[in-house]
This record gives sequence, C-alpha cells and structure tokens, in this order.
Amino acid sequence: MQNPLELAKSSILDPSGLDESHLSQAFSALLNTSADSGDIYFQMRKHEAWSLEDGIVKDASYNISQGVGIRAIKGDKSGFAYSDEILLPALLESCKAARAIARGNQNGQVQAWKTNTGNQLYMPDNPLDSLTESDKVDLLRSLDVLARKQDNRVKQVMASIAGTHEIILVANSDGSMAADVRPLVRLNVSVIVEDKGRLEQGSSGGGGRVGYDMFTQDNHAHSFVHEAVRMALLNLDAVDAPAGEMDVVLGPGWPGVLLHEAIGHGLEGDFTRKGTSAFSGRVGERVASKGVTVVDDGTLENRRGSLNIDDEGTTTKCTTLIEDGILKGFMQDKLNAKLSNAEPTGNGRRESYAHLPMPRMTNTYMLAGEHDPGEIISSVDSGFYAVNFGGGQVDITSGKFVFSASEAYLIEKGKVTKPVKGATLIGDGPDVLTRVSMIGNDLKLDQGVGTCGKEGQSVPVGVGQPTLRIDGITVGGTSQ
Amino acid sequence: MKTEPSPYTKDKLENLVQSCLAEAKQQGATSAEASINVEHGLSVTARLGEAETLERHNDRGLGITIYMGQKKGNASTTSFEPDAIKDAVTAACNIAKFTQEDDCAGLAEAELMATDMQDLELDHPWGVSPEEALEIAISCENAARQDDKISNSEGASLTSSRGTTIYANSHDFVGSYSSTRHNLSCVVIAEQDGNMQRDYWFATARDPNNLDSAESIGKKAAKRTVSRLGSRKISTQTTPVVFEANMARSLFSHFISAVSGGSLYRKASFLIDHLDKKVFSDSITITEDPLIKGGFGSSTFDLEGVATKARTLVDKGVLKGYVLSSYSARKLAMQTTGNAGGVHNLEIQAGSNDLDQLLKTMQKGLLVTELIGHGVNTVTGDYSRGAVGYWVEDGEIQYPVDEITIAGNLKDMYQKIVEIGNDVDRRSNIITPSLLIDNMTIAGS
Repeated sequence: MQNPLELAKSSILDPSGLDESHLSQAFSALLNTSADSGDIYFQMRKHEAWSLEDGIVKDASYNISQGVGIRAIKGDKSGFAYSDEILLPALLESCKAARAIARGNQNGQVQAWKTNTGNQLYMPDNPLDSLTESDKVDLLRSLDVLARKQDNRVKQVMASIAGTHEIILVANSDGSMAADVRPLVRLNVSVIVEDKGRLEQGSSGGGGRVGYDMFTQDNHAHSFVHEAVRMALLNLDAVDAPAGEMDVVLGPGWPGVLLHEAIGHGLEGDFTRKGTSAFSGRVGERVASKGVTVVDDGTLENRRGSLNIDDEGTTTKCTTLIEDGILKGFMQDKLNAKLSNAEPTGNGRRESYAHLPMPRMTNTYMLAGEHDPGEIISSVDSGFYAVNFGGGQVDITSGKFVFSASEAYLIEKGKVTKPVKGATLIGDGPDVLTRVSMIGNDLKLDQGVGTCGKEGQSVPVGVGQPTLRIDGITVGGTSQ
Repeated sequence: MKTEPSPYTKDKLENLVQSCLAEAKQQGATSAEASINVEHGLSVTARLGEAETLERHNDRGLGITIYMGQKKGNASTTSFEPDAIKDAVTAACNIAKFTQEDDCAGLAEAELMATDMQDLELDHPWGVSPEEALEIAISCENAARQDDKISNSEGASLTSSRGTTIYANSHDFVGSYSSTRHNLSCVVIAEQDGNMQRDYWFATARDPNNLDSAESIGKKAAKRTVSRLGSRKISTQTTPVVFEANMARSLFSHFISAVSGGSLYRKASFLIDHLDKKVFSDSITITEDPLIKGGFGSSTFDLEGVATKARTLVDKGVLKGYVLSSYSARKLAMQTTGNAGGVHNLEIQAGSNDLDQLLKTMQKGLLVTELIGHGVNTVTGDYSRGAVGYWVEDGEIQYPVDEITIAGNLKDMYQKIVEIGNDVDRRSNIITPSLLIDNMTIAGS
C-alpha cells in the first residue's frame, strides 16, 4: 500500500514544482505578522456521478478540482485565503491575504517537518477505477429492471452512483505534516409508484470509503432496490400521521440522526466555547437517562464518516460524548481545543480547500443496551414507531431539534399496526435523552448516505443507534 | 485597499469557452455547450466587538456538456490551463461513449437563443477594504449588543462578492454578464431563566448603496431575539397560521419545485396535469419578470442561452404555465419557458394590508417566523415542519412559541390562503409578502 504522504506529494506538490522548502517559505510569509499559527491545506479531488431515469443511463459527469487553502490564526481570530492554482506565487499571495488578520511583526519559521501517519481505515485506491464505465452503466440498468420487475405499480426509477477520490495534504506551522487519500462511493435508488391515481415514493441507498465492488458483491445493490420499492408501496397504504406528544419507538440505524441533531451539534467545540450551545459548560451533568452512552467515532473501517486524519492532520479517534447519561466531553478542532484548554479530538473538518475547518461530527452513535426490540415495542400501549428518517435540523442555542420520519407506524396495545405518512418529530436536545426509557440490544449503523451541513459546508457523516423508546416527544402529523 | 479586480477579462473568458467548444468539435462532438463562472470576494465576521474571521474568496470553474448524436456527457474543472480544458473535454466525450441514446437530449433550439443582451444593472462592485468591512460588521453587532438583554452573539458578517458568468454553445451563442452581491447579517443571543434564544436579521443587495444600515440590521436582530425569550410550547390544535414574508417564500419554493419540468416528467409532483387548473386561492397571482433592473433573478438568457420573457405564472389562483428547460419541455412535448437553472424574479402580487392587519384578520392563531427541518414531500404535497413564532389572540401577539410543528398538505394549504399582506420582502428572486392560511394542524403538548 502506498504511503498517503508520498502519494499526496507526488500528485499535488511535484506537478507544481513545490517541495517542503517552499512550504517553509510560505509559512515564513504567513507568520510574518504576530499570528500564532497557521496551516496550509492542499486538496485534489476527482468526482464522478452516473444517473439513470426512464430506463436509460442518460447522464454522467466527471469533475476535477484542486486548490490550496491557507489559514493564519491569532488568538480566536482566523484569516483565510485560497487559490485553485497550486503554484508558488499564488501560494505566497494567499499567505499575504490570510495573515491580514494579525498585526505586528515577528519571525515565523518551520525548522523541521514531522509527519503524522494517522489511522489506516480504508484503501487509498481510486474508486472511480473500481468498475469499468460499461459495468457502471450495466449496474444502474440492472437496478431499473429489478425495480420494475418487483411490482407493476413502479412507474419511475431513478438510480445513481457517485464516486470520489480525494487526496489531501496538510502542513501546520508547528512543523507537523500529514496526508490522507480518501475514497468515497455512494449508490441511491428512488422509485415512484402509482396506484389508483395516488403517487408515492420510496428511496434507499448506501456507501462508504470503498470501491464500487461494495455494490456488485453478492448483488448488494439489489437490497437497496427491494427497500426503495417496499417503502414506496407501503406509503400507498399510509394513513395520516398523528399529531401531539406521545411515546415513540425509534428503529435501529439511521434513526440515529436523532443523536446527530439533538445532541451532536450542541457538543461541537466552537459552539460550546462561545457559549452559544444549550450544552455549554455542562460537562459532568446528567443529560441523558442511565444506560445512555454516545460516542463520536472517526475510526470505523470503511465507513462514510471515518477519516484517517482530520482536515487539520490530527489522527481521528473515538470520543465519548455521553457516558451512562453523564455529559463527558465535546468534539474539538485545534483552534477551539486550544481556546478551551482541551485536546483536539480529530474532529477538525472542512468541505474543501476553499472552506475554513471547524469542529464537525464523524460517525455518531449510541451503544447497545439490554432490551430485545420486540420487548420495547410491546411495552408501548399507544404510540408511534419510526424506522426510517429523512434529514433533521437543530437550533443549537434553544436546543430545539427536528427530524423527519419517512417510514412510520402506529403502535396500538403493544403491536405495530397501520403505516402512517411521514411526519416531523420535534424535541428539546438537552431534555430528549432523559426521556429514553428502554435501549435495545440491536445497535446498527446507517448504510452510508449521510451528509451534514453546517455554516454552508457539507461533509459526509455516519450515525447509528439501537432501538430506543422515548417517553413523550411531539409528533407533527395532521390527525388528532 | 481596494478589492482586487478579477484577473480574467471578459474577452479572455470568452476565448476560453470558445476554445473549449472548438476542442469538443475537434474530438467529434456533434454539439456542445460550455460555461465559465469566476467569482471573487471578501467575507468578514465580527464577534463580541472584534474581528473573528477574514476570508478572501476566489473561485472559478468551467463546465462542458457535449453531445454525440443523442448521447450526452459532462465534465468540469477548476483549472483553466489548456491541458486541463482538453482533459475535461476528453472526459465528457468519454462519458458520451457509454451513456445511452436519449431522444430528448440536446441543446435548446437555435431560434430560441437570446439576442437582446440589455444591461440589467446587476454589477455594482463595492471595493470595500477588509478594514472597512470589519468596521461595518462591528457597528452592526454593536447596535444589537446595545440591548441589555442580548447576552451573547454569533456575530455579524459582511460578505461582498463579484462574479462573471459566460455561456456559449455550438449555435454560435455567447452570453455573459457580471453581477455583484453584498450581504450583511447579524445573529445574537438573549438569555432568561437559564434558557437561551437566538434570532437574526440580514440585508442583501446588488448595489451596496441599497444595503440597509448596519445599525438597523443589528437592532432588528436584537429585537427579534429578545422577543423570543420565554418561548413555550402550545397545545395540539387546528388553527389559522400567518407566515411572515421571509417564511412565506418557502411555500412558493415548494410550488416552483412541483411545477418544474423535472418533477413533472418524473411524476414526482403533486401538481401533475394541473395546467389551467386552480392550484391556489383567488388571492394569489404570481408573475415572473426576468428583466427587472438589479433583480436577484434577473437575466436576459437562461442556462441554455434561451431568451427569457416576462409572464404570469399563476393568475388569480389558476396555473398558467410550468417551469421548463428545453430538456424537460421535450419530455413533456411542450416548449421551454426559459427556466433552465430556475425561475427569474417571481413576484407574488401584494395585498393591501400590513402584517399587523393580517394578525387582526386572523384574530387567534399562530404567526410563524422561522421553520426548521425538511418535512416536505413534493410527490404527495405532505407538509410537516418544525416552527417558531408567536401566539396571537384578539389580533395581537401574546407570547413567543417554540417546539411545535405545523402540518398539512400543500395542495390544501395553497387553496386556503385567505389573505396576502403588503409587506413585500425583496431579498431573493422570490419576492413575496406575508400571508394567512386558514387552517393547519399544530402539534405541541
């Protein structure tokens, strides 16, 4: 396996005639003011997407982008500039623009470079090459055929595969240098069904930091088709969702988006440092029921939210956020860790070279409990059982969060009965986990399609949880 | 210090797109289209009276779409080096070897290309220096923090950017324009009894002279934040809802996505086959005018070079047209409406009453000032979103409300718009006043 740093140097620096001495020169320019520190982030990204609809693969795109982002830090202030030209003059020009945040004069020099190798969680291979073009087309066509064969009420099938090969190299004024080569693939299937004039949709997908063979092996992609068709047909029978506060059982896996929204964002080190999060200053306090343990783990092999190093060069790790109901810690990047007297946790992430890093989640999930999922459902007399979700959103200051169920059922007298239409669930972040009354023994992680947005930047993430019973959360349906 | 001029002249960019089209022809494409976007700008944030971030933006991209008969391929690159452009064309051509024949694929019809390239006054460079920008952001945040109840801040941000877009295709069409956008926003926090609330305000303008004053934005952000203190949940019920103008906008975005060609031909819309049918109450008339001087959605041509035109999209509740590109139009056996890339300056005709009077008409119900979450299903029209706002009784605001959802079906909600305000919000390409919807389900305690 090729060393990521060597690969990054040969793909990004060498073609531009740059070497370590030029980086030292750039840092001298960057720290030529009273800036405390700085970093230089090189990125090269190849991305493709192939899509099918109306039974044909009608469109595909290939994108290549590269650039360098330069940051100067002085206290809690950041200066930032970037360029899509990886050439020395552009690099030095960006250093001048970024250092404008700090005034005064000093001599900043990086003497010797020390490299951080990070984790080895995925292979550096280019996933775009993991299938031939005609196999990519055939894969998508086979999904269309399969979906239509499954039920004649399927009227439209949209399927897509996308792959990214990204190489990053980050150098810091403290002399550290690290690189990562990150593959990422994703497959989505969405179907529209029609019955007696009623239209409904269902969708499913998966992915990870692997090659496309993830989808072709054992016909794994077929499971997404089955799932999308099943959901769409189920929605044909769905009745109006209930409205009001009720007991809710959440299924395992993707419903973990609850954790991401309800507590995850509020535990990001920038918000906690600034005191703008409802969780600021609450480490050591009870924020969840006994038995609730939540971690953010960037070290899971091949997962969409995993990274060998974060975008500041810190090795990723598994950070315990809540342990047995007690708030343990926050997710930090270098800047916020320093300002909060904490250690970086490997959560410094950025969408690209053109964006400033900030604390972001990786894979956030709750550990398993003891209860059998069937036992949890049968414990509810009248309630709402949600097994699939769309996205969510949170106001980290008030703590109020939402997440939208896309597959849900009523629970009547301990039994799962009618499917109901999608509905938004709303709750209070610092309160909701104190209402967890039963935790399943069936921890599951999501299938690998999550994308998180914060301050206009998107990054791939993962979530997971076991089946959970929450006593009293507001379900936003229409039926009273 | 002035904002540096773009290193690319319009001529240079035109030469680049032309060389890209020539390369496509050389490589065997039967037709092609290419576009270039370059943008540069400055963004600063001030927090608690001091600079927090200072960012220089400098983005560029070139995209090429090529057709080999009825087969299509796309590629894009951030590098404008001749080799990179050649590689992008090669990648697009390579893709077209594998994509399948699509009867509807192709450029928009040559006779529809725009010819009247009038100046829509979109380009108003500011030249604000980082120091000046910081000063403005600081004074904006200071105005908000003058309110005693403001306890913390996410800061005030000023962003100023200028971009140039060039589009060309093998009908010999070339179009280009430069445009600017300047934004000033402020987000502050107030605290009471251990509970924090946050709200914001922003202004956006093509011409910096049209930007609201920093002080007024800060004050408004503070006022909105403080008025949210003591928010509570209300009980589950059915009640009328007023959407503040900035929130009403989202209801029209959902409508646009439902009448867009892509949703229609995929059967992914709750408004299939609704042309000339009543989709809104009588009170709704929606026009589209792409040629408004300085408008956020103004353009003489769309993303395919097609000439844009003014039209009435909804007339007293009746749907008069769809939102189509040449591709979706062919799929529906219709003609493009010049909306490749979206709508241009959609304006919902204002009523005669202001927001206070709308609350008086409502008497008792919910005023929505913020929506969260994505609970909108464009296939069925089902709608369920988290909401923040105020409870209204006797036509007056009583107290702030949060942790509730509002739900319904967009098809019904559109028919139940009983009144439109006159408080038109122009900060987007969807220009709308506030509105009153007769009844929605609120889920709370």
